[in-house]
Amino acid sequence: MDFVRNFPCISIMLCLFAGIISSGLRDKAAMWVNAALLTINTVLSAYTLIYTLTLGDSFVYVMGKFPAPWGNEIRAGVLEALMALFFCIIMLLSLFGGRHKLIETIEEDKLHLYYVLTDLLLSSLLALVYTNDMFTAYVFVEINTISACGLIMIRQNGRTIEAAVRYMIMSLLGSGLLLLGLCMLYDLTGHLLMSNIKESVALIVADGDYVIPLIVSIVLMSVGLCIKSALFPFHAWLPDAYGYSTISSAAILSSLVSKGYIFLLIKIIYRVIGFDVYGDTRIIDMLFLFGLMGMIFGSTSAIKENDIRRMIAFSSVAQIGYIYMGFGMGTQAGMTASIFHILSHAATKSLLFIAAVGLMDVSGGSRTFIELTGSGYRNKWAGVTFTVGSLAMVGVPLFSGFISKLLFSQAAVQNHAKMLPALIVLGISTILNAIYFMKTVIRIYTPIDNSVYTVTTFKDMPVYAIVLLAFIILNVILGISSQPVVDMIQQGLATFA
Amino acid sequence: MSKLKSREEYEKTSAFRFFRWLSGSKDPYVGEVEMQVQEETVLPHETIIDRMHEAEMRRDKVYDEEQNKLARIFHIIYVAMAIVFCITLVGVLLVTVSCLPPDGNASNPVNNVVSGRYIEQGLQETGALNIVSGMILTYRAFDTFGETNVLFIATCCVMIMLMVDDAILKKQAAMNDRRFEPKNDTILQGVAFVLCPIIFIFGIYIILNGHLSPGGGFSGGSIMGAGLILYVAAYGFKKTQRFFDEHIYKIAKITALCMYGLIGTYFYMTGANGIENHIPLGIPGHILSSGIILPINICVGLEVACTMYAFYALFRRGGL
Repeated sequence: MDFVRNFPCISIMLCLFAGIISSGLRDKAAMWVNAALLTINTVLSAYTLIYTLTLGDSFVYVMGKFPAPWGNEIRAGVLEALMALFFCIIMLLSLFGGRHKLIETIEEDKLHLYYVLTDLLLSSLLALVYTNDMFTAYVFVEINTISACGLIMIRQNGRTIEAAVRYMIMSLLGSGLLLLGLCMLYDLTGHLLMSNIKESVALIVADGDYVIPLIVSIVLMSVGLCIKSALFPFHAWLPDAYGYSTISSAAILSSLVSKGYIFLLIKIIYRVIGFDVYGDTRIIDMLFLFGLMGMIFGSTSAIKENDIRRMIAFSSVAQIGYIYMGFGMGTQAGMTASIFHILSHAATKSLLFIAAVGLMDVSGGSRTFIELTGSGYRNKWAGVTFTVGSLAMVGVPLFSGFISKLLFSQAAVQNHAKMLPALIVLGISTILNAIYFMKTVIRIYTPIDNSVYTVTTFKDMPVYAIVLLAFIILNVILGISSQPVVDMIQQGLATFA
Repeated sequence: MSKLKSREEYEKTSAFRFFRWLSGSKDPYVGEVEMQVQEETVLPHETIIDRMHEAEMRRDKVYDEEQNKLARIFHIIYVAMAIVFCITLVGVLLVTVSCLPPDGNASNPVNNVVSGRYIEQGLQETGALNIVSGMILTYRAFDTFGETNVLFIATCCVMIMLMVDDAILKKQAAMNDRRFEPKNDTILQGVAFVLCPIIFIFGIYIILNGHLSPGGGFSGGSIMGAGLILYVAAYGFKKTQRFFDEHIYKIAKITALCMYGLIGTYFYMTGANGIENHIPLGIPGHILSSGIILPINICVGLEVACTMYAFYALFRRGGL
């Protein structure tokens, strides 16, 4: 067996070890352990990606002596490795971009715990990506939920604690529904391994017995994961959680945590239930409908907002709506578009959060639009980066958002029944996106007398500027050379089934 | 070789202007765009309080159900919808449960090769008389490691929330500690004097016999944690800190989890790569048997006992 096949297991175990050891370290040491961990994991995931690309297929790794239906198992393919690589890069950038705010807003004795939380969060994300077993997925969903709560409330003030409580209640409700659905599915199939469940589900559908419990369990699992990833009617926890937590947490939560759950749902659709069985149920139409509603209502809420971070948070609701709309198409093209949008939204949303904090810092820490006037001149790096992020969100060519919108429209055209609503809402949502993002860009480039505020240049915070540059490069790479990424996604989906 | 431009010529190029703008030395709008200074809106302190008060009054009026008819209707609809939703959910779940395979039927899908192998070959393959221990710690060792980490991260979150670092606050917490209970309660101390050793020994017995009889790391660890809590409740934190303070807690927790992780990694990697596993299974029924189960049980027990005690101490006085 090639040694590369050990890499997914090694990267998950490394995260857990790093988290455990960091709990006994001081802040600086914990930060370097975390940075080293993320770098190593990026390299390992990149190797795995290259290996699976040359292999042209996925591989299964048995965790221990005992083979699949008895022991634990993880599985790595092109799509999994691509996601893992992306998650590691974005987490690294988000943590370094928000480091100065961490020191400012968190008590010094608790800073090392922040890195413990992020290490374990990364382990759970990687496990959710690589897992081939539903119960392993549930265990790591638990770790993900608890560490996300910690990330929100580690900045201790009234608003974040309220947001964390709200997040915890909603998220635990989601976990509970997932567990309920999982138990029913186990009762019906007698398996926890994804591929074995899929075989049994095909038998159940063919026999016609137990179809009602099967559909209920699919509904419970889907709704649970929708609540956890903040699909439109379940998004009440989102604006506070993203708006008031410390900036790295906001970037990580919006671009990684919710995406981990969405990726698990993709795995459930393809590898547990089966794409065709899932497509035949009415659930897929509900996902489509709620996705469309989220695209509109998320954007209108964002327009009403007078707070830049809450505005970006509401924009997430709209973007999650895009992803679920792609699911709802029920075609391979829609799924490809959704997965590309997961990547593009992850890259752009973390960029926007990190850039917004630079603009807020040069406006006396205020987050209202009136104070932000002209901040693009006071911190030019953040201003340019925010503009790039806004253009990408609106969907201007050269940036990643354009490609995902193009893919969504192509997918919509192929699906006759859902073409019209999808295209119309896509158009309206793009205009609404443009309204609130361009409003912000115009606001930050409206000249005023800047003598009141401090001006930040490259020399004041070089790490921050380099992180912003890396984010821009990531976005432009996704926008310009999108075809290889789309090819990888298609290849990954082909081996998924 | 390219021609070097003179300074004046270079200053006319757009590259120069771009870098000047980037470095922040000159604003392109100065002297070219007419600037209007925005009026500063500084409110005196009283008016801010007035406005907050006003906003509060307005909010109270809006949400006051006796004044606002719409709010009352909304409340009624909200309650009605909640009741309807709950009843529907309960109905759907009851119907679903009635459609599930009947309990205890031999032909149920659950009774398949998976549980069959656990029951029939578990003893030979894991060396553990206790099938449950063998299953969770050998067959599904990765899940259990994740589950142990759930406990670990839960303690981290409670620490973030409740850990008090300020010296004054710590003192206050210590003062408040005994407000509602008598200090050095003789009856409690007497009972604890008798019970604590028994509880500890029982906990250790359950952990060490996890592979032979019902129990294991999780249950034994929680019994030991309960013993620690009883000791603290009777004798106070000062006496406990002689043998269990924050330093020892950290060392114990990190060692236990790291040992578990190392054993786990060894087990996964050797198993997956087809390398021979050097941990002997021993003779089933003996105390030193069943391969990795015994050391893992000890690690889990230590971690669980630490977690239980840490929860109690953090909730009671914000520190260990």
